[in-house]
Amino acid sequence: MSSPEFKNPVVKWIDHRLPVFSFMHHELHEYPTPRNLSYLWNLGSLAGLALVTMIVTGIILAMHYTPHVDHAFESVERIMRDVNHGWLIRYIHMNGASFFFIVVYIHIFRGLYYGSYKAPRELLWILGVLILLLMMATAFMGYVLPWGQMSFWGATVITNLFSAIPWIGDSIVVWLWGGFSVDNPTLSRFFALHYLMPFLIVGVVILHIIALHRFGSNNPLGIDVSGKQDTIPFHPYYTSKDLFGAMVFLTIFASAIFFYPNFLGHPDNYIPANPLQTPAHIVPEWYFLPFYAILRAIPDKLGGVLMMFGAIAVLFVLPWLDRSPVRSGRFRPLFKMFFWVLLADCVLLGYLGGKPAEGIYVMLSRLATAYYFIHFLVILPLLSVVEKTRPLPQSISTPVTGGGMVSAPAAKRGKADV
Amino acid sequence: MFKRINQTICAGGIAMLACVGVMATAAITPAMAAGGGGDIKDHEWTFDGPFGYFDKASLQRGFQVYREVCSSCHGLEYIAFRNFADLGYSEGEIKAIAAEYEVMDGPDEEGEMFTRNAIPADRVPSPYANQNAARASNGGAYPPDLSLIAKARPNGANYLYSLLVGYKDAPHSDEVPDGMYYNTAYSGNLIAMPQPLYGDDIELAGGGDTSIEALSEDVVTFLAWAAEPEMETRKRTGIAVMLFLFVMCFVSYGSMRYIWADIKKSKA
Repeated sequence: MSSPEFKNPVVKWIDHRLPVFSFMHHELHEYPTPRNLSYLWNLGSLAGLALVTMIVTGIILAMHYTPHVDHAFESVERIMRDVNHGWLIRYIHMNGASFFFIVVYIHIFRGLYYGSYKAPRELLWILGVLILLLMMATAFMGYVLPWGQMSFWGATVITNLFSAIPWIGDSIVVWLWGGFSVDNPTLSRFFALHYLMPFLIVGVVILHIIALHRFGSNNPLGIDVSGKQDTIPFHPYYTSKDLFGAMVFLTIFASAIFFYPNFLGHPDNYIPANPLQTPAHIVPEWYFLPFYAILRAIPDKLGGVLMMFGAIAVLFVLPWLDRSPVRSGRFRPLFKMFFWVLLADCVLLGYLGGKPAEGIYVMLSRLATAYYFIHFLVILPLLSVVEKTRPLPQSISTPVTGGGMVSAPAAKRGKADV
Repeated sequence: MFKRINQTICAGGIAMLACVGVMATAAITPAMAAGGGGDIKDHEWTFDGPFGYFDKASLQRGFQVYREVCSSCHGLEYIAFRNFADLGYSEGEIKAIAAEYEVMDGPDEEGEMFTRNAIPADRVPSPYANQNAARASNGGAYPPDLSLIAKARPNGANYLYSLLVGYKDAPHSDEVPDGMYYNTAYSGNLIAMPQPLYGDDIELAGGGDTSIEALSEDVVTFLAWAAEPEMETRKRTGIAVMLFLFVMCFVSYGSMRYIWADIKKSKA
């Protein structure tokens, strides 16, 4: 933690009184980072980029949007047609939500595979799950704002879930709505909260980063940094890598915005909300489909709601379910296999969430839901005990530099991996 | 070396699978929403794909079809006359088109509402005062506003085209109730809208093919424009943005490799 010597006298003067430049130097420049991070470690900075993009475009949209049931839909169309580059800002925001979730979901599965939730990073992980929850609430309320058919009916279905709470459920729903159905008070408060929550996310993201910088990033080997030879300064190595990642991300993001802006949306949301006409199929946005599938898989309403929230809740306690001392899935042959099953299971749940709840889909949803919970509540605790893990390398720099330090088990493992 | 490749494959695998999952779920959702029974034909449109554009002559013909046929029941509430500049009309022509419509204005100095000829800043007036009036005149069915119709239906342009040319005799004539019509594209095959186009319905201002297929294609092109008037600008901007980002990908990749060179060397 040596203080850097600043040459610029103004910077020096300020830093002496308010050490922001020292802070940035420590956390963004010399911040020691494992030298072996793969491209999967780009997703954190990409999530930050997505969050900032959403906040900037969102503030601009809020300048032109009218949160009133009689004007909301039209004000969005005015943004699309009459505001200078309004179509661009709105399409960035609309697709930005989807891309934020894509990035965050990959980020989460990265953490799952490499055991990034294990000691001493439990709180870092929990804060991440909290961010996911806040994102989901924010995205749900944002989707209501254009006041199209899916906005209205999605809001109706999801808010109605709270009526499943025994005794006080119905009162809670009326309290959430601010009336006796989803109506103008609901829209106004959703707008207010949709504007508020991203800043709560920023707050939790700051905590997430503080917790991250306490012990530094996990890495593909999942072993602790053993010394200076294992790390490189964040700048310029990972700043340059994050910049490249950002450019690739922006290229994919831009191709959606400019060429297929409505691909991830639902056409029904271009029909103004009509409380008297229910759409043929009410489906949430794609990023909620796995949870929607879990909700519908349970024949009991309260049970479904509990399972849906349970799917997130189980992530909060994950660090204490998986007790294996080995972090990285690379050295856990059984865990690795089950990880891919879990990923396939989540994709399957997403597929089923978009299907009508009938016939074979119901049975498949139940099986997939069961596996999801069995994975976390049975398989992971069991694997912690029974799995025979592969030998770990001695240090990060040993396998990376590949010098004469490779131990016999490590060499064997190298072959086995091929 | 092999481990390195394995690691990359594994990392890529997670990312790829997540992406594929996302795309797969996204792709099936609209397909599912289409419902059963509709037979949608794939048609080629000038506005398809990243280089898509609107054919101005077709837009003008389509507007004429809208004006002389559709507009008796369907509104176009988000389109103002000034937007017709996109169709290739001059300022004078737009003024002339607007002047053919009457809009309600007011209150004037005496507090009275009055009608006047439309100006380019006015929106295209809707045929009915409100939804109830529209339903009352159409046997209970509401003719939806057409400004967004091409975006508000799955596979919008192809669906609208298939609908317009999809009026057929029902396989068994007794299946069609009064006030309903048989249509191969409509979900459930029974639609409340009578067949709007038969071919040779109107005489096109600039001459041209007036077969049902040609008129349908023109009016769908017009409706696709009405739903996404920004489309040409969007796609053209997109091409420039993509070129810029491709260059930036190479530049940032090169700079990363340059910066990492010493680390990579110590690795080998």
